[in-house]
Amino acid sequence: MAEPKPDELVQIDYAPPHAPWPGPGAQFRKGTYSHAGAAKNLKYLGLPNPRDWQPPDADWKLPENWREIVIQGMRERLEKYRSFRLFMDICVRCGACADKCHFYLGTGDPRNMPVLRAELLRSVYRRYFTPAGRALGRLAGARDLTVDVLKEWFYYFYQCTECRRCSVYCPFGIDTAEVTMVARELLNLVGCNINWIVEPVANCQRTGNHLGIQPHGFKDTLDFAVDEIAELTGIRVEASVNRKGAEILFVAPSADFYGTPHYYTLLGYLMVLHEARVDYTFSAYASEGGNFGMFVSHELMQRLNAKIYAEARRLGVKWVLGGECGHMWRVLHQYMNTLNGPPDFLEPPVSPVTGTVFSNARSACAVHICEFTADLVAHGKLRLEPARNDRFAVTFHDSCNTARGMGLLEEPRLLLRAACNRFFEMPENTIRERTLCCGSGAGLGGDENFETRMRGGLPRAAAVRQVKEAHGVNLLACICAIDKASLPKLLDYWVGGVEVAGVHELVGNALVIEGEKPRATDLRGEAYV
Amino acid sequence: MVTAAIAYLAFAIFVAGTVWRVVAWARVPVPFPIALTCGQQKSLDGIRAAWLENPWTPAGAACRTALEALLFRSLFRNSRAQFLPGPRFIYRPALSLWAGALLFHVCLFWVWIGHLRFFVDPALLGPANRFVDAGLLAGLAFLFLRRVLDPRLRYLTLLSDYLPLALLATVASSGILMRWWFHTDAAAVKRFALGLATFHPIAPVGVGLLFYVHLFAASALVATIPFTKLAHIAGVFFSPTRNLPNRSRARRHVNPWLAPAQVHTYAEWEDEFRDRMRVAGLPLERQ
Repeated sequence: MAEPKPDELVQIDYAPPHAPWPGPGAQFRKGTYSHAGAAKNLKYLGLPNPRDWQPPDADWKLPENWREIVIQGMRERLEKYRSFRLFMDICVRCGACADKCHFYLGTGDPRNMPVLRAELLRSVYRRYFTPAGRALGRLAGARDLTVDVLKEWFYYFYQCTECRRCSVYCPFGIDTAEVTMVARELLNLVGCNINWIVEPVANCQRTGNHLGIQPHGFKDTLDFAVDEIAELTGIRVEASVNRKGAEILFVAPSADFYGTPHYYTLLGYLMVLHEARVDYTFSAYASEGGNFGMFVSHELMQRLNAKIYAEARRLGVKWVLGGECGHMWRVLHQYMNTLNGPPDFLEPPVSPVTGTVFSNARSACAVHICEFTADLVAHGKLRLEPARNDRFAVTFHDSCNTARGMGLLEEPRLLLRAACNRFFEMPENTIRERTLCCGSGAGLGGDENFETRMRGGLPRAAAVRQVKEAHGVNLLACICAIDKASLPKLLDYWVGGVEVAGVHELVGNALVIEGEKPRATDLRGEAYV
Repeated sequence: MVTAAIAYLAFAIFVAGTVWRVVAWARVPVPFPIALTCGQQKSLDGIRAAWLENPWTPAGAACRTALEALLFRSLFRNSRAQFLPGPRFIYRPALSLWAGALLFHVCLFWVWIGHLRFFVDPALLGPANRFVDAGLLAGLAFLFLRRVLDPRLRYLTLLSDYLPLALLATVASSGILMRWWFHTDAAAVKRFALGLATFHPIAPVGVGLLFYVHLFAASALVATIPFTKLAHIAGVFFSPTRNLPNRSRARRHVNPWLAPAQVHTYAEWEDEFRDRMRVAGLPLERQ
């Protein structure tokens, strides 16, 4: 498939159509949607309606009573989620959210305005659950649930990355991520999902990680990483797997073990944890911090997440340390304790190096690696030589989930300022709680979805271009595995000459390990300048 | 007496509808602590946490909600994105909606408070002055015109969005006409209102047509509040992204309907991979 060129994609028409909303249904144009979930994955997970189909098909092979299933599913969720019910009722359509969505900014498609994305669901809610909608239909903004409406749901709710930027600006705090999560649950009830989500979920259920790496392969990778660090520094670090009696269980997104540039972040973790003399272990059973179950349903999120506490209990650790990942931390911070807690077999986390009590994590007993390392740096426990990162002019991309679902803003910045001499912020409307999504989150990172991803990431890329032009920025640091997977491609496409790295890669570069030999290169094998 | 009956009916619908609406929201659980954080979390001692934008305590969250309800905090962040060649986006502060909305709501509230003088004897407060009346009309005109003039807003506006605006315009303009130009016998209105308030309704005497327009439109407005988007008046206090503290790792949030997870257990997992794990030298629970 020929990929569209940047100068084609920048022809964005923001003028809304003349025909009134809702207008024609979704157009499944190649490059703008993801492949359907494969039957074998749905079967493995016990999800409804496994079959062979693709979104452009006229016949989606829905169950005969699909409408009843969806309406009933909606009824149940209106009784289970106050957020969902409230967000169906109180939107005043003020339009403040309209141009806050990166997909709207990148496509100009009015149904990508958060208000109208939610309206896709709200119109059906009104028709079946409100007196005015039942009686007045279109006049009250209600519409029947038809196959075309279902197809529209599929297209637009798999064109939302649950980044929650719109909610920052909403005067009622309406959170499109909540609406999208419910909409995806409804779509899943009749077997409408995408393979880039359900395959990792099926892999994770079986092997313990999204990539489907089996335990011996997992160990091999860690051994390889240890060898690589030994070659670079002359220091052999420890990286145990499934070791009972360790103090800490370390869980990272599995992309850190296999992806590029994620892998250099893994090297950074190993070096920091070695230098701090932390007694920790990896687990091959819980070898995934990320959680694509979140992009299917709360139930699957719970199922995959349960492995972390279960493994912490089996190994007898005291607490859990988590790697750099966005939605993983949405789950660990806001869901894990509720879904699979309370972890009363663990202890409130205490840094074995500084004695700092992480009281903000005393109940869930899970600490973010940036919190942990920032504490080390703040206490002067790590010797850092920022000059080793001097070939980089660095900017920082807040990932959506850690910024808006946690508030982890200063910890990574503290690390970057300590590990790099040249650090520059992007414009203030594009960072911290206003950060712009990479355009590939929430399971939308498939190659086939290329055009939508490039469009969705355009606002982020444009902000990177600004700091590149102003300060010569040539490296974007981030703390999210999906960012590390998608931003290199995005920045090549729109900007050029900007690499992507994890924060712990830069810390690893700058870290002076006790007794190390002079390093010939940085973690990427490239010469220091 | 029909007039009084309509007023009572509208009020009864409003009260019953509001109770129904609020109870409908309140009895649905908040299953997960989904605070939306707009500032630094509380973590390490050396890092200053944003107690209001990322509240750590319920009191902080209450302040955050109050700021949202009283001063429209989130609208104050509003910006307008502009796409330029480069490609490049600029985001300009766009405070007109915040200012217009605040003007409208403050003036409406003020005018409403001013109406209490009809229901209390002796009146404790005077009526709103003409600047407030003018502000109310200006706010309404702004809210209406932006829906008509801005193509994006025109597209996302539903027919049902114009209904409250039309009712409000009718109520406000008839009231203002009565107060400043076609004076109505305020004493007669007060006798009628006090009759309503003390449940000894009397027919209004000596009031003009404008009074009936005002009263009936206000009745219609009040009666529709619980059933339309006007329910946002109560809803803003219920929003879980704003009214929850962000301390889910420090204190467990309980979900009343959650069932235990159907985990793929460690034992099942080891059963599948035992041989390869043994070869790789990984520890096993069962040999």
